[in-house]
This record gives sequence, C-alpha cells and structure tokens, in this order.
Amino acid sequence: MEKKIALSMRGITKRFGGVVANHNVDLDIYEGEILSILGENGCGKTTLMNMISGIYFPDEGKIYKNGEEVVITSPKDAFDLKIGMIHQHFKLVDLFTAAENIVLGVNEKGQHNMKNVNSRVSQIAEKYGFHIDPQKKIYDMSVSEKQTVEIIKVLYRGADILILDEPTAVLTPQEIDRLFAVLRRMKEDGKSIIIITHKLHEVLSVSDRVAILRKGEHIATVDTCDATESSLTEMMVGKKVTLDIGRTDPVNVQPRLEVKELNCIDAEGIQVLKDITFTANSGEILGIAGIAGSGQRELLEAIAGLQPIASGQIIFNNPKKDKPVTFFHKSLKRVKEMAAQDAFHDKNGAPMRFKGMSNAQIKAQVAAENVLFREDEVMNLRGKTPLEIRSLGVRLSFVPEDRLGMGLVGSMGITDNMMLRSYRKGHAGFVDRKQPKALAEDIIKELEVVTPGVNTPVRRLSGGNVQKVLVGREIAFAPKVLMAAYPVRGLDINSSYTIYNLLNKQKQNGVAVIFVGEDLDVLLALCDRIMVINSGKVTGMVDARTATKEEIGLMMTQTDTPAKEVAQ
Amino acid sequence: MNVWLNFLIESLAFGAVFMYGSTGEILTEKAGHLNLGIPGIMCMGGAGGCMVLNLIGKMNLPPFMVIILGVAGALVMSMLMGLIYSFLTVTLRANQNVTGLALTTFGVGLMKVIMSKLDPTVYLVGPKKIFRWPFADRTDALQYLGVLFFVGVAIAVIASYVLFRTKVGLRLRAVGENPGTADAVGVNVTRYKYLATCIGSGISGLGGFYCIIDYMASQEAYLSLEAFGWLSIALVIFALWRPHMTIIGSTVFGFLFSCSSYIANIEGITVTMAAKPLLKMLPYLVTILVLIVTSIRNKRENQPPASLGLAYFREER
Amino acid sequence: MSEQKKRAAHEPLFHLAKRTDVNPVRAWVIRLVAILLGMLACGLVAFALIEKLNQNPEKITDFYYSFIKGSFTTERKLWKFLKNMAILQCISLAVTPAFRMRFWNIGAEGQTLMGVLGSITVAFYLGGKIPEWQLLILMFIAALIYGAVWAVIPALFKAKWNTNETLFTLMMNYVATYVVSYFLVIWVPSGSSTLGKLKFGKLPPLPFGNQYLLIILIVLALTVFLFIYLKYSKQGYEISVVGESIRTAQYSGINVEKVIIRTMVVSGLLCGLAGYLIGAGLDQSVTTESVGGQGFTAIIVSWLANFNPIVMIITSALISFLNSGAAQISQDFNVSGALPDVIVGIILFFIIGCEFFINYKMVFRHAANGKGAAK
Repeated sequence: MEKKIALSMRGITKRFGGVVANHNVDLDIYEGEILSILGENGCGKTTLMNMISGIYFPDEGKIYKNGEEVVITSPKDAFDLKIGMIHQHFKLVDLFTAAENIVLGVNEKGQHNMKNVNSRVSQIAEKYGFHIDPQKKIYDMSVSEKQTVEIIKVLYRGADILILDEPTAVLTPQEIDRLFAVLRRMKEDGKSIIIITHKLHEVLSVSDRVAILRKGEHIATVDTCDATESSLTEMMVGKKVTLDIGRTDPVNVQPRLEVKELNCIDAEGIQVLKDITFTANSGEILGIAGIAGSGQRELLEAIAGLQPIASGQIIFNNPKKDKPVTFFHKSLKRVKEMAAQDAFHDKNGAPMRFKGMSNAQIKAQVAAENVLFREDEVMNLRGKTPLEIRSLGVRLSFVPEDRLGMGLVGSMGITDNMMLRSYRKGHAGFVDRKQPKALAEDIIKELEVVTPGVNTPVRRLSGGNVQKVLVGREIAFAPKVLMAAYPVRGLDINSSYTIYNLLNKQKQNGVAVIFVGEDLDVLLALCDRIMVINSGKVTGMVDARTATKEEIGLMMTQTDTPAKEVAQ
Repeated sequence: MNVWLNFLIESLAFGAVFMYGSTGEILTEKAGHLNLGIPGIMCMGGAGGCMVLNLIGKMNLPPFMVIILGVAGALVMSMLMGLIYSFLTVTLRANQNVTGLALTTFGVGLMKVIMSKLDPTVYLVGPKKIFRWPFADRTDALQYLGVLFFVGVAIAVIASYVLFRTKVGLRLRAVGENPGTADAVGVNVTRYKYLATCIGSGISGLGGFYCIIDYMASQEAYLSLEAFGWLSIALVIFALWRPHMTIIGSTVFGFLFSCSSYIANIEGITVTMAAKPLLKMLPYLVTILVLIVTSIRNKRENQPPASLGLAYFREER
Repeated sequence: MSEQKKRAAHEPLFHLAKRTDVNPVRAWVIRLVAILLGMLACGLVAFALIEKLNQNPEKITDFYYSFIKGSFTTERKLWKFLKNMAILQCISLAVTPAFRMRFWNIGAEGQTLMGVLGSITVAFYLGGKIPEWQLLILMFIAALIYGAVWAVIPALFKAKWNTNETLFTLMMNYVATYVVSYFLVIWVPSGSSTLGKLKFGKLPPLPFGNQYLLIILIVLALTVFLFIYLKYSKQGYEISVVGESIRTAQYSGINVEKVIIRTMVVSGLLCGLAGYLIGAGLDQSVTTESVGGQGFTAIIVSWLANFNPIVMIITSALISFLNSGAAQISQDFNVSGALPDVIVGIILFFIIGCEFFINYKMVFRHAANGKGAAK
C-alpha cells in the first residue's frame, strides 16, 4: 500500500555560532507510522525536531506539510499545522493544574470552560488508554503523569504529527511498555509519530523506520525490519564499536560504607528516605536503580553531608592504618603488657615483643616511631558537613547529577574548578593556582578533554568533556568511596565508555563505587550488585550477574503504586 | 464625623496611591519583570496628566472632558515609560534591576523639570474640584474620595479577575512562571510581556496623577511621589501578588503613613516631634516584617513568579 | 499562489543568536557609539526642555561644551569632579562584593547614610571633648559599624530563610532616612531639623596638594585592594562560587550562610567608609540627603563595569562627568536642578541597551528563496 507523506524536510541547515548543528538534512515522515530518529547525544536530533515544532528557525532549507511548503517561525505555527512536540524537559507550569496546562494557549473563542475541557481530556485519555486527574497540580505529579499531561496537551490541539524527545529516559520498563502501547494505538489512528532516542532496543521494538543522524547529518533511513543493533550502532557512531563494558570480578571485598536505617525529611516536610540500610563494599560497583526522583539524589547527598538526616547512621570504615605508639596515653608498663599480647608490629608488619630489650631501648624505639599498632578507623558521618567529613580524612568523592549546577562552576575555567576541592590549602588568605593548574593540565591530557585552554569556562565545553573534567577531579582526589549520579547522561557512546572504564579502574583499585543509573541495561552490565529504591525505600538488592530487567522494573514500582495505575 | 472613621477614610484615600502603583507592578511582575522603574513611572504619570491639565485648564471644557483628557495624559506618559522599559528588558534583554533604576532616575528628574514649568493655578486649582467629585465640597476626609479613587478600586478588582479567572490571565501567569512553556504552546511571550508592562505602567501612572490632583492636591505633591513609588513596590509583597489584596494592604499602608500627622489631632494623644519620623518608618518596617514572615512560611502559592527577573531568549542553549 | 506569497512574507528576514565569543575591542566600540548616540538624544530632549535652546538653536554647541565646562575648564572644577568620582567609586566598590555573590543589595544608599550618621553622631557628642585625632578614629569606627550593621540585617535573613534581599535592602534605605530625621529632630531643638556644619571632626587634608587629594588616594587604594581581594583571595573565590551556584558552594564544603553574611559585612563596612568620607571628609554634617541617590547610581556604575573594580574607575568617571556636565547646563541655561538626572537617565538607557548588541547578533537568512540551499 502506498503511504502518504505527511511531512518532509529538504536541505535543512542550522548553525549555533560557529557550530553546525544540522547540515543539509532531508527527511520524510509518512502518515500512520512511527519513525525513530536515532543518533548520539549532540548529533542534532533535538535541534532538527525543534525546527519542525517552531522553537528554532532553520538557517537554510524548506519544510513541506502534505506536499505544500510551510514556514514555521513559532510553536503557534506548528500547532496550526497540527504538529506537536513533547520535549525532554517537560514544558509545564508547575503551579497550574493538568487541565490548565493542557488548555494553555489553545485558541478557542471566549473563556475556557473548564467543565468542557475536563470532559474532552477524559475522552482523549479513554481513546488512547491514559489515566489522568485534570485537577491535579503539576508539582504533585510523578514524571510519568507529567508525560501523560504533555501528550494529552498535544492531542487536545488535534495534532496529527507527534514528536517525542527521549520519552523513555525517565520511565520504568513497565511504563515504557504502556507508553508504546499508546503510541501504537495512535499510529493505527493514522497519526505520524517521531521518537527521538539513542536506545537501540526501543528503536527496534516500536518503530517502523529509523532515520540515523551523525554529527548533524542525515546518514540513512532504514526499515526497522532490515536493521540490527550492530548495524544501527555502526551507522550512528561511524565505525564498528564493541558494546562491552568489561566487568571484572570484585577483589578484596570489605565493607567500606554502611548505611543503617537512614531517614530524611526534606524542606517541605516530605519523607524522602525511609529506613535505608545497605553496605557499599570496597572493590565493587554498587548500582542504584529506581524511577527518577525516588530518593537517589537525597541518598547520595545525605552521605556527602549535604542533606539533613532525621535518623540513622552512616558508618565509614577507613582501612586500618598503622599508627606509632606514644607514651602520651600509655605507660611503659602498659606498652610492655600489650606487646606481650602481640598488639604491636614494626614497619614491615612483623610482630614486636621487645624480647631482650631494656627499658631504655624500648623507649628509644617508641620515640623513633618504630613501634606501630593498627587502629580501626570507624567514623560516623551522620550530621557532619562536607568540610568536616573531609577533615576527618574520609576520602569521599561525589559526582553529582547536576554537573554545572553543583559539581562545577560553569563560568570558571578548568583550573578554577579544580580549586573547588583544594582552594583552602596553602598560605594564608590567598589562593594558590599553581597546583590546580597542573592538575587541570593532567586531566586534559589523560582524559583527552577537548578544550581551547585551562581557563575556558567549562560551560562552553561539550557535555562529555564537562563530565570528564568533573570525574577527573573527583578521581584525582584518590577516593575510598566514589559516588556517581547518572554519570553518562547526555554523553555520546565513546565518552560513556571512557567513564565506564574510569569507574571500573577505581573498582579494581579497591574503591567502593556507588553508581546511580537510569539505563537498566548499563546497570546490569556494569555493576556487581544493584540496589533498587522506590519512593525512598529499598525494595530489593540483587546480583547484577543474574538479575533481569523485568525483575528490577517490578521492584522499581511494586510498592506504593497508586491504585489507579494498577487499574490500567 | 467620628475622628476614627475620618482617619479610616483618609487612610483609604491615601492608600489608593499605593494601590494603583502596586496593581500596575503586580501585572508587570506576573509577566516576569521586576520593574524598579515604578517610582519614575508614577512620577511621569503625574507629570503627563498635569501637563494636559495645564494646557486645557483655561478652556472651560465640560468636567468629564477634563477628567478624560487628564487621565489620557497620565496614561500616555506612563505607558511611554513602560514602553522604554519593555523595549530594554524584553527586546534587548537588559538587566531588569539596572534598567528599572535608570528609569526611575530619568522619570523623577524629568518630572521635576516638567512640573517646575507648570502653573499650579491652572493645572491644580480648577481641576482639583472636578477630580474630587462627588465629595468636592466636604471638608472632612471624604473630600479625597474622588473619581479616580473609585476607578482605582475597580481596576484592582478587575485586574484580579483578569489574572485569575480568564484565559488571558492564565497565559500571562504562565509567561511569568515559565516563559519557555508558554512559548512552546504558542503564547506570544513578547507580546504578553510588552502588554503587561505597558498596561501595568499606565495603571501605576494613574496613581501618580491621582496623588497630585486629588489626594494631596498641592503644588509640592510631586516631591513625595518617588517615595510612594518605592512603597508601592513593597506593597506587592504585602499583597502576595494579588491585586485585590492591594485594597486592604494599601489601607494599612495609608493608615501607618498618615499616623504621624493624624494621631496628633486626636484628643488625649500627644505626640512629640521626635516620634513623627519613627511613625513614618512604620510602613517600611511592616513591609520588612511581611517579607520575613512570607519567606519563613515559604508557601508555594505565595512566592514571586518563578521567572521574575530573568530575561527570556527562545534559542538559549 | 496568494497563499504562497503570504507564507513568503511571513518568513523572518533574520533571527537572533547569542554570541559565543565577545570581542572586547568591538564591545568598547559599541559602548562608545551608544554613549555618543545617547548624547545626541540628550541634545534632542534638551530642545524640548530648555526654552533658551529652543529659541536659539545655535546655542546647541554651548550645550555640549557645558559638559566639558562642568568638569575640566578650571582646576577647581577638575578636583571637584575627581572628588565626586571618588565618592561614587567608593560606594560602587562597596556594592560590588555583594553583587558578585548575586546578592542584589540595593541598600547602599541607606548603608552609606548610616555611615554618615555614625560618624556625625560621634562628632556631635564627643566633638571638642577629646583630642581631634581620637575623635576622628572613633568617628571612623562608628561609621564602619553603622554601615556594617545596616548591611548585615538583610544578610542574616537571606542566609537563614532566603528572604528576598532586593526588597529588604530597598526598605532599609527608607528606614535609614527616618532614623536620620529622628536624630535631627533630637539634635536641633529649634525644629528646623537642619544641623549646621560641626566644628570638630574634620578629616585634615594632606600637607601637600589639593584638599580632596586624601579622599581620592584612599579610594584609589581601596580600588586596588578590592581588586586583589576579589581575584586572588580565598574569600574572593568563595564569593564567586556562591554567586554562580549555591549548590556548588555547598557541595564543595563552603558554608554559604557564613559567606553571605561575611560578604555583606564587607559591603557594609565599605559603605560605612564612604559615609565616613562624606561625613568627616566633606560635610561635617548629616541630612537625609547626604548621600543624594549615589547609592542607587553606584549599583549602575558597578554593573556597567561588570563588577570589576578597575573598570569601575572608567564607569564612575563617566557618570560623574555626565552629572557635573548636566549640572553646569542647568546653571548656564537656567533650568531645574533635576536636569542631570534626565541626562544621566537617557545615556544610561543607551548604555544598558547596547549590551544587547555586544551579546547577541542578528543572523540574516540567506538563500531565502531556496536557491542554493546548500551554500
């Protein structure tokens, strides 16, 4: 059957400053199909779609709707042409209800009649199998509810071309299945659906055709039935890549960080963490899975001393350290007694029993700090500020989710960002920029950071390079515990693998790595154990070598699921 | 009339100056623009109205024509000021605080230059009676409740209705909360920002005009306008960004502000000279108190519009 | 066909793009052009406002010459210009640390006024009773304390409850004004509320050079000090981090509350110092108008200089130049004393507006009709 072209783009070019985001792109979308736009982060997928939805205007090229040339200069033009886009970062007013958001900007005569709006919303929801409460405020909604509002918003305007930007990034496997079912129903209804994504298995499972973009250029469009994961990857990256994270077996596993019955209450009085108990071991990667906003951020921040703790303990076991004996606390007699019980050893680890030594000789040995004993360093991090934690000698590194808003200062160069960790060192009131500069240069060299110089504001770097700077700094600190929240979000494949390798190397060095991720495939391939959290509670701890995605997905949602979602 | 009732009416009348000012400022802030130029705009509104009255004062026009032309003069001048502000902050995306301060410097200065050239016997003496209708002949505080007072109350109520009950209001609030969202659903962000700022400026400007021609009705009135402008910005917080709340808030402000001169007239109360400045300090202290209390309570609905003070650029990456 | 024409007309000629690199030379050229255009606009406004000019358009050259005349024609005027500039620079420096922290302190007016009040209070009560040098030191300390207290109050609430500092500091200006009028009522029993020039507590001029030289040198030293403080000290680094992102600051272990309060104390101390220079150095008296709006102007001066103390010398010079020029004009052309505000306002509009042309560029759409889609 010959399908009708709904929309086509010809020779689309878009530049931002000196950067070419899209170059001479031609693309067609048919009626009643699901087209995936596949490409690495930063390849211009979103920019291209933003030109159809009126956010950007192309520098060159033309767009045709149903064979007729159209000019889309604003989102309003796009809506008039029945094109609707669901952005990755939802465009909703938090303070408004769902219905107010849906009706916002709709061109009807007179005032909005909220009763009519509600019933139309319900009609649309029923037709495609959503559930929604039109009176609920957005700030009370979960991510998947917000997405539902976004989709209904577009349908309410009668869109027949829907563009979804990374719609699955924040959903659980079950929610993804539900979303895909809805999309298929829309397709049967004759609507054209464009999905922007970089996840291969989703492309293969839901779409009819795939358009691949690389570095702003349209490489090819293929039918999904002719494609495989590896063929798509090759087109996407431009060369053959091996998709193997290369997990090693953990060595010398010892409890490093023990979190016991941790409870946190946020500023608005909501309990964000409930009785969290787990242990992170040295020499292994502990994954944390969960729907976005389940308490991952709060957990990491509580450990780092950034989130007030209501109750519970955070115990840090520093590897035992050799310490010299002094007579400050112990008398000579006591020292001799302890020596008889094998409490002391010398610098080579051999026991010291002072056999045949005079008191003077013993004293001399002690004074020379040759008599050592092992001290357990067990510290409770509860209620400590980041600075106190650091001054205790706890080497805790933290790669936060919000790189430029928390981990780095966007307007500063790499050197000044290195100083975030170390600026307190050194003489009196003035900062020392020499060492940070050397460190910055090291990181640029070792991790192949692409930057014009050490003083270029990090905001100007690409996402992958920003992340390398942040991770590089945190690793340079020689951590005992390394926490990383969504460290590969928004990174291209090569940068992602650089990060995976760095984490693996830390694990092999005996660091306890905590990895918060959203892509379950990555979690299963990289981690040793995976802890699942759901609404601030631990709902499972699984062995990553044996667990399945479905199993984890269930744990991510099972308890506290609102009745209405079960009803679907 | 009862002294206290008289006092209340005077407070209402005085408060109307701030009511105009802050209703206008609320509209602007709801579009995401903190307009610190309001004092200058109120001044220029007053100057614009008086300029027109100075022209037509001797023409013996019918009273309603005098009112309409005076109001038109105030509106045109203050909206021109609003236009300068919106052009700089919306189109040229300039820093809002700095632009507002510059606008106030300019507006206050220009008003003083203009007012020094006008003849109070022409713009004030005759028109004052017209604007104080229907109570122009009273000698108690009722005389201040002229046409523009009632117009002001009506504007505050209508502004609340429009903001919270209509389609336009919904869109305007969306622009102030999250311009990106409003833009993505096809609301013309620039147009809304311009309109809200200019209409808001017009309303504020009327406040300046009301102050000179009705409430204070003296040739020195214009010298106090700047201070009243700043107080109007404070009142926005007091009213929690709800125009109808400015009616109550402005009365409280009017009460506090006129305390110093009024309390002395009430029998049984003696006020020393030194206490006067302290009483005049009260409205500012109360505003600070409200500011602190709302920040401690931190309720979501009582916060300033989320994008207040930030310029919007669609292609921001 | 007509549909197509409509569409073509609908197509925008250009769109805006943010510049990724800002060329400093180009930026200064744009600013210079903006100032010149502003001057031109001032001339036009002058025609409307100044009757003398309206009647004799050829006097427009006098109008522009008055700007020069206001500051540079005699040595006395030059020193006065330098003094005005120094005071403005001092207050601008004072607001700068807070602004770099994105703490929108628009209360410099009140903080400086409190500084003046502090020094005059000491002079009023102790003048003549203790040696002059002790008096001057006590006045200095009082000025700093008054300024710092006035600044730290909003900072405490900002740090504790995130109370909006813009509006808080704004209100504090007016409270300060009434505090001053309260003391004037107490000090001047006659009821006139004008305190004459006090006999004691005058900052002695340097043994050489002009009477204003000391003030100018103090401010110059302060400028260098603040530049170094902001750029090379640990505290300066902390201010920059807090200003960029509070979350980053917390993450790196900076005690944000402490930095906010400390920085506002620094701001307040500097305002207090400016108040001392006004009170002890110039006026030996206090009125509610002692600062005369310079606290607000300083915000603009600091912002125009992009919060850089060295560049601030240029911007404060510019604003002082315009002010004294415009004052000269109102004198020469016999117009209201408020004219300087109008002229400064107009030129500020142009300078503020021109930043747009520095940070954004218009991109014209080539190949509008599809010929050569791939250029």
